[in-house]
Amino acid sequence: MKRELIHLENVVKTFGSLMVLDEIDLTIHENEFMTLLGPSGCGKTTLLRIIGGFESPDTGKIIFDGKDITQVPPNKRPINTVFQKYSLFSHMNVEENIAFGPKINGKSSDYIRDKIKYALKLVNLDGYEKHDVTKLSGGQQQRIAIARAVVNEPKVLLLDEPLSALDLKLRRAMRNELVRINRETGITFVFVTHDQEEALSMSDTVVVMNQGYIQQVGTPENVYNEPENAFVADFIGDSNIIDGVMVRDKLVRIFGREYPCVDVGFPEECPVDVQIRPEDITLDVPQENSLNGTVTRVGFWGMSYDITVDTGDFEWLVQSIHGRKVGEKVSLHLDPYNIQIMKKPQSEDEAVSREI
Amino acid sequence: MFRTIGIRNLFLAPFCIWAGIFIFVPLLFMFYYGLTTPAGNFTFENILMIFQTEFFYSLKMSVLLAFISTAVCLLLAYPLCLILVDRAKSAGAIITLLFILPLWMNSLLSTMAWQTILERDGTLNQILRLLSLPDFTLINTATAIVIGMVYNYLPYMVLPLYVALTKIDKSIIEAAKDLGANTWQTFYKIILPLSLPGAVSGITMVFIPALTTFAISALLGGGRILLIGNVIEQEFTFEYNWNLGAALSIVLMIFIVVNMALTVFFENSHEEEKN
Amino acid sequence: MISRLKTIYLAIIFLFLYAPIGVLIAQSFNESRYRGHWTGFSLKWYESLFQQDKIIDALQNTISIGILSAIISTILALITCLALREIGKNFRAMFMSVANIPILNADIVTGISLMLLFMGMGLKLGYGSILLAHIVFNVPYVMLCIMPQLMALDKSFYEAALDLGASPFKAFTSVVLPELRPSIVAGFLLAFTMSADDFIITYFTRGAGVHTLPTEIYAELKLGIHPEMYALSTLVFITVLIFVILFAMNRKKLLNQKEENF
Repeated sequence: MKRELIHLENVVKTFGSLMVLDEIDLTIHENEFMTLLGPSGCGKTTLLRIIGGFESPDTGKIIFDGKDITQVPPNKRPINTVFQKYSLFSHMNVEENIAFGPKINGKSSDYIRDKIKYALKLVNLDGYEKHDVTKLSGGQQQRIAIARAVVNEPKVLLLDEPLSALDLKLRRAMRNELVRINRETGITFVFVTHDQEEALSMSDTVVVMNQGYIQQVGTPENVYNEPENAFVADFIGDSNIIDGVMVRDKLVRIFGREYPCVDVGFPEECPVDVQIRPEDITLDVPQENSLNGTVTRVGFWGMSYDITVDTGDFEWLVQSIHGRKVGEKVSLHLDPYNIQIMKKPQSEDEAVSREI
Repeated sequence: MFRTIGIRNLFLAPFCIWAGIFIFVPLLFMFYYGLTTPAGNFTFENILMIFQTEFFYSLKMSVLLAFISTAVCLLLAYPLCLILVDRAKSAGAIITLLFILPLWMNSLLSTMAWQTILERDGTLNQILRLLSLPDFTLINTATAIVIGMVYNYLPYMVLPLYVALTKIDKSIIEAAKDLGANTWQTFYKIILPLSLPGAVSGITMVFIPALTTFAISALLGGGRILLIGNVIEQEFTFEYNWNLGAALSIVLMIFIVVNMALTVFFENSHEEEKN
Repeated sequence: MISRLKTIYLAIIFLFLYAPIGVLIAQSFNESRYRGHWTGFSLKWYESLFQQDKIIDALQNTISIGILSAIISTILALITCLALREIGKNFRAMFMSVANIPILNADIVTGISLMLLFMGMGLKLGYGSILLAHIVFNVPYVMLCIMPQLMALDKSFYEAALDLGASPFKAFTSVVLPELRPSIVAGFLLAFTMSADDFIITYFTRGAGVHTLPTEIYAELKLGIHPEMYALSTLVFITVLIFVILFAMNRKKLLNQKEENF
């Protein structure tokens, strides 16, 4: 296991009567690419700002490398931020923007010159020293913002939805760039986004947040394949989420039908949420003793079809590389490994979070 | 940008002290003088003096001329601004600058130049005589004062109106035309309502100084037409009746407050409509 | 057809605006000291301009009061705006309306009430009282210039500077202030212009013997204006005109440069 770098302990933040962060505990490791993922208003940006020092928590502590930095102002933290709107200083050129941090820290001009060169190379903008930042494209401004932060050799780089202002193609390219910069520099990245694709494709660790709570922490595969609750299942990828009852270990009842599964440890007759990914359902001709239904909608998405099947109790979303016709009768088949059992929300907050 | 509310309040403190001493206390002084006799006894008499024939006539005249000047400014400024906004994109801001430039000529001097233009042997009449046209003497009339007011205050109408008009998205006008509105309908139904806030602030900015001026009327009215501003000025600099002067100023303030209240009310109702 | 009508309309307004200015400029070159009587071309009023102590005194007062009041009101307005940015929306609106009272109120009322204040405080009317009065009406003008840009300035500029290690003071001077420079300059220039052009408030708050150009002109009106005043006004006007032309030309150049870079 990598070394712990930042530890958030019991962090609570309210704005007026609004609870933004509720008793957050989180550990960030060295060199990690961590993504805070959640819908807008889930508290992810506030959490980032607390790590950066722009907000202070109502209660709780931020431990950095074993030291409590809760009261340390942002300019004294070995942490840098790439802001959502880049916030490049428009009255300075590229070079002056990047030199801002090292100059304040009293570095020599030779050192600064080398560093600027290195930073521009790192973000693939060699030779842009004298350019006017207001005349750069969005993607270039983004890179300069990263260079300006990285040049200070921070231990941690905080990125607040840095890709949201870019167009689709550029966003994809920048994803790879960010991962490369993370690997090359060894800086810990804490990345905030509401885009699950970004989170899954870039991160070592994904932190799914909603309504001020951490819903799940895990690897991308982990949160996708084994969501801990209905919110995570629903927020990440498409899901069929169905009310079920655990008959006993490895057997679940959905709509009166019993299915084998792989989950154990739930009490008998315990109500649960059952998640089945649309790509994990296979369609066949109608058969006796299986779940039969009628195709009600078909949409073509390039790589696959989205097929809606009505079984009377539930409208299933199925993804298949084979198209079907509306009105066609089909049967649905589920593999035990693809049935994910999740415990029902227990507190009121969790119940609310599920509705989103 | 402040780490604590205390530091923020420290920044706010100088203005609070400043506003107290130089905005509120002076008005208190004004009310004190207006509502007392020279001996310092409370009285309403100074205020009621406004109903004396000569004072009341001046007030009536001031309101009338200010009203006419404001209307003329509005009528001149709308087509002017529409043309300027239209041309600003092609011919650059130079034309617009040319229309602001006269502001840098001292307004008393240019008002006096109007005296030179309008008087009996003035520039206007000399030109008319050259063209064998009859004389046209305006000096020392209400018309001359209105010309002076329009000249001095037209920029105050043009600027807010121009700004309001430039803010109107061109695509909105194109959309209106696309939906079948002709030029007049586009103006009446789209441009006018959208530029109304600019017009309202222009009206306030012209009406108040026009109502209260004493220099323009002194220069172009030849002392024959006394506006309320002239009366007040005389009370302070000639008659030395400060109590009466302050009282008449309070009467003027009533007009100003009503005018501001109307503006605020209009702006609020406009905001609500937007929401 | 309509386009020609528009041009004619512009020309008429143009004539209306520049006719008196033309008359004044003509008078500054007039041999005769009486206005309206053209007796021949002469530069003598320009030559004798600097011997007119009264005019030069008034000019000096106008410039020094203009600069001082613009500096002080810009500083006060900037400090206030910074604080107002962080205050609730309703409080901000309230403060702004209080600040705007000297603009919205009639000059004559502001002038008289300030005069009554100065007399009541036992302050001798003169240079100091004019300066104070000019700061009073300049502060709201500067605030109106700075406030919109400050509100539009994203907080993250300041935070980015802090993030890169700048102290709050350094972040303010090296990032916030330069970002605000256009509106601060505009506010300063507007304040100077307002101060230099103010007549009514100066008229009531000045003391015996102290004049700015506008009050000097008003004082001379009754006895006949020194023609040197026309010469001075012409010089001022021409100077501003040259600045405007230079600005317009530079603007074009700047625009062209921008386009080349793309």
